[in-house]
Amino acid sequence: MLRRIVVFLIIITGYLLQCTVFQKISLGGTVPNILIIITSSFGFMRGKKAGLLIGFISGLLIDVFYGDILGFYALIYMGIGYINGFFKRLFYPEDIKLPLILISGSELLYCFSAYVFLFLLRSRFHFSFYFVKIILPEIVYTVLVTLVFYKAILWVNEKLEIRERRSASKFV
Amino acid sequence: MSRMRIKKSKFSIPSKYILLVMTVLCIIMMVLTFTTNVITGPLEAVSGYVVIPFQKGINEVGMWLTSRSDNIKRMNELIVENTELQSAVDEMALEINLLQQDKYELSRLRELYELDEQYGSYTKIGARVIGMDPGNWFSIFLIDKGTNDGIQINQNVIAGSGLVGRIVEVGPNWATVKSIIDDSSNVSAMVLSTSDTVIVSGDLELMNDGIISFEQLKDEDDFVAEGDQLVTSRISDIYLPGLTVGYITEVHKDPNNLTKSGYLTPAVDFKHIDTVLVILELKQTVE
Repeated sequence: MLRRIVVFLIIITGYLLQCTVFQKISLGGTVPNILIIITSSFGFMRGKKAGLLIGFISGLLIDVFYGDILGFYALIYMGIGYINGFFKRLFYPEDIKLPLILISGSELLYCFSAYVFLFLLRSRFHFSFYFVKIILPEIVYTVLVTLVFYKAILWVNEKLEIRERRSASKFV
Repeated sequence: MSRMRIKKSKFSIPSKYILLVMTVLCIIMMVLTFTTNVITGPLEAVSGYVVIPFQKGINEVGMWLTSRSDNIKRMNELIVENTELQSAVDEMALEINLLQQDKYELSRLRELYELDEQYGSYTKIGARVIGMDPGNWFSIFLIDKGTNDGIQINQNVIAGSGLVGRIVEVGPNWATVKSIIDDSSNVSAMVLSTSDTVIVSGDLELMNDGIISFEQLKDEDDFVAEGDQLVTSRISDIYLPGLTVGYITEVHKDPNNLTKSGYLTPAVDFKHIDTVLVILELKQTVE
């Protein structure tokens, strides 16, 4: 129960940061995608189920306020969370390489699907422009923010796991 | 540890079924929002009450912080210039800052007031921008007024000296505005001097240069030139006539030799938008 509340608070905080604070400190109009960091890292830390649920909530939050149709971002984020869940077996808390690779991969996947469904289908074919001007800066900035933000998520997750372990050994 | 967890959740559903169910749910939601308004209404109301207060709070804190950082910045400058008058300057800098802030606010309010005079016949309501689109693909922002203040979908939004966009979604205490520089936005406009209608469309490729494009201008006699003002046209379904859209910066002939297209600079500075006016009247349409 505590875990659910904490994770929900993390998502809300990430969303709010992304909509307000990071808009102010955006580099050249690019905003890092914090919700992808959250979705992806819980995906590979906690598995497929957690990844897809957290992705769903994050996406839905964007859909409700900024999406044209409800469920579109929810679907993309959910898929990303699920795919990240496959890498749970490879995940070690000490290793920073895997999270960085996975998060930038997720980011690429997100940007690419956003381009295909929201732009290509409206016959905007100039992919190289969107790749260089929108997708690449977003990935780079997100990876930079990951270095800080991921540590925080990891720390919270470890605290939660220690707590759960303690209460489990108490009752079983 | 892991063994324990496996034991605990022995009868849980495999994640691929959850994925399947949620995917179907998402698709159903998409179809429903396309066709009806069943789920968006309540969901938007609930989430509005949960998220908007936070967003307003962060905004207040953000404004407070920027005003603080402004203070420090300006103070430093003065200290470098007048080291011998250090203490006096410190005091005065603080005073100047407060006055400066008042002045900025005054000039901003004056601008809004002038705009109010210009479009005096419409009833309007002022609103603060409290959030921006979290992605980098579209230009949508959130304001702190909603249905409680009489805002409806498709009402026009103005700021500074011209058209900002229109309301696309609305909750009890919030609304989202799609700006005219958004890639999926099209505005029917006309050249003020000649009354030729054009279609102004936002374009992500041009957004960084601060311009947007227009097309379908019929101007055989080359009357339209750079610097001409574009205002919203009378034949638009959504936009009220006569709101300034921007000024033409470039006109060129299309390959078909019949129409012209080009670029214009919007009248509003979209990078620094913090207060807007929402026109509470809707364009009259044929029912």
